[in-house]
Amino acid sequence: MDKILDYIWAFAIGGGLCVIAQILIDKTKLTPARILVLYVVAGVILTGIGLYGPLVDFAGCGATVPLTGFGYSLAEGVKKAIDERGLIGALTGGLTATSAGVTAAMVFAWLAAVLFKGKPKG
Amino acid sequence: MQKGIITLTSRPSIICGASVVGKKEMDGPLARCFDKYDLTDTFDMPTWEQSESEMQRIAFNTAMEKGGFKIHDIDAIFAGDLINQCISSGYGLANFDTQFFGLFGACSTMAESLVLGSMLVDSGKYSRVAAVTSSHNCSAERQFRFPLEYGGQRTPTAQWTVTGSAAVIIGEHSDLPYIAEVLPGRVCDKGINDSANMGAAMAPAAIDTLKRYFDESGKKPDDFSAIFTGDLGYEGSSILVDFLRSDGYDISRVHHDCGLMIYDRERQDVHAGGSGCGCCATVFAGHILPQLKEKKLKDILFIATGAMMNTASIQQGLTIPGIAHLARITVSEGDDGQNS
Amino acid sequence: MNMDDKTYKKYVEKRATKSNLSADCARAFLIGGFICTLGQGLFDIYTMLGMSEDNVKALVPVSLVFLAALLTSLNVFDNIAKFAGAGTLVPITGFANAVVSPALDTKAEGFILGVGAKIFTVAGPVILYGTLASTIYGIILYVVRYF
Repeated sequence: MDKILDYIWAFAIGGGLCVIAQILIDKTKLTPARILVLYVVAGVILTGIGLYGPLVDFAGCGATVPLTGFGYSLAEGVKKAIDERGLIGALTGGLTATSAGVTAAMVFAWLAAVLFKGKPKG
Repeated sequence: MQKGIITLTSRPSIICGASVVGKKEMDGPLARCFDKYDLTDTFDMPTWEQSESEMQRIAFNTAMEKGGFKIHDIDAIFAGDLINQCISSGYGLANFDTQFFGLFGACSTMAESLVLGSMLVDSGKYSRVAAVTSSHNCSAERQFRFPLEYGGQRTPTAQWTVTGSAAVIIGEHSDLPYIAEVLPGRVCDKGINDSANMGAAMAPAAIDTLKRYFDESGKKPDDFSAIFTGDLGYEGSSILVDFLRSDGYDISRVHHDCGLMIYDRERQDVHAGGSGCGCCATVFAGHILPQLKEKKLKDILFIATGAMMNTASIQQGLTIPGIAHLARITVSEGDDGQNS
Repeated sequence: MNMDDKTYKKYVEKRATKSNLSADCARAFLIGGFICTLGQGLFDIYTMLGMSEDNVKALVPVSLVFLAALLTSLNVFDNIAKFAGAGTLVPITGFANAVVSPALDTKAEGFILGVGAKIFTVAGPVILYGTLASTIYGIILYVVRYF
């Protein structure tokens, strides 16, 4: 039963974060690129003030998979690195914690460019 | 100094035209009008820019074929497109043994080419010229918006760049139809900076040119069998009709927009309609010109609009100036109001 | 045109066709929610397979990035995104698509100045401002903690 609830909350919170972005797209002149930047920075700030951690505990991937979760990982990584290494952690922690996703994106993108070609839309 | 309507006393002929399009255009309501097509949109070329050039080459060759011309029969080509520095025209029309003028009027380029070409034929400087323009959805998306595979939602006011190219051959007065008058446009900027609503950015230019035409000529919209605008789309067209009505010119009965004709908005997910240099060009060469030849249309205004922007100007938040050039095309031999 | 620029702009905005907000939001919610639930499912599967928590936390985004990259390469991601809007944009799938799509698109300009230089044209701002924000956060954290 607990598992089912995990999934329901992941769906609801993840979906909810997307809905907020959709409202911003439809109702403001913000471009998708700006919204993504907003989300990442918001993730960092919310983590910093201690709000995002509890949301991750509660919603799991519903909070980590959206781009605010990318901000959360950056901030958590910095925090951990500062604990371990001091001030230099502010520079090393963020990308270390998010390196898997970013590197995967680069590697898969490069492979895609080697193997595939874009097609007309529609 | 001449600032208004330019009457072409010799009435140069539009001898023939040819159009080349891609898949989405072949799915649209005008599919059977076009001469050539490639459902892969590639025209067997490795890059989209080269595909667009190839369309121009095919369109020009097809137009010459239809008119029975060889390249030495064409004194000059007036051509343009949307890709930086007009490379589609430069490459597409390279190695044709004739004089070449590269033009940029954004989506108004076909009208601009017709205006300039017909004026030079009327003046006797040239006896036969070609107007060639193109746009390709993929090369335009790449340059102006996002990568082709990028997953984004388009706003409802956005327009869809037509994959197409057309060539029209203008010569000394012979076969109908004839270009009787032209009215070059003025650049109008009414402060619109949303590149996803180009219809609204271009409408003021169309309003300006049409109003100047009606004011000076004393003609009424209903004197024409049709008034074709280039690619104002749904947004721009309704703005145009509204504003001209408040100026005392009701064009609603005779107005058609090529951007709304080329696609089925209900079915084809093109939002506010088609756009691009290939939009009004292919509709003109494939749909309008044949009807003039058959005298189903007798006297029309062809007015194409362009949004004069680039990616830097848009990112800098600058406003989008619009332009609209007008040509009056008729099947009548001479005297106004008398259909031959 | 007897209308000043401001009035014209307002008039244009007022008459412009509007997005269907409730339908857009419903679709964003469904697809976005689905992607996050998929992530949760992967999380549980990897955990069940006995992987360490750190590895699971890295592997879930990597898997979603892979899926998004594959769908982008197969020319289907943009069609899903057209339907889902923010539903595919906001999850890490949107980030992956933003990296893969320019890579595919700029192949024609070569692997150095095309793919190599343009790969982050869309996603670059996210990495820059995310990293910048986390660095500032780190400095603040350090100052607050040790002084």
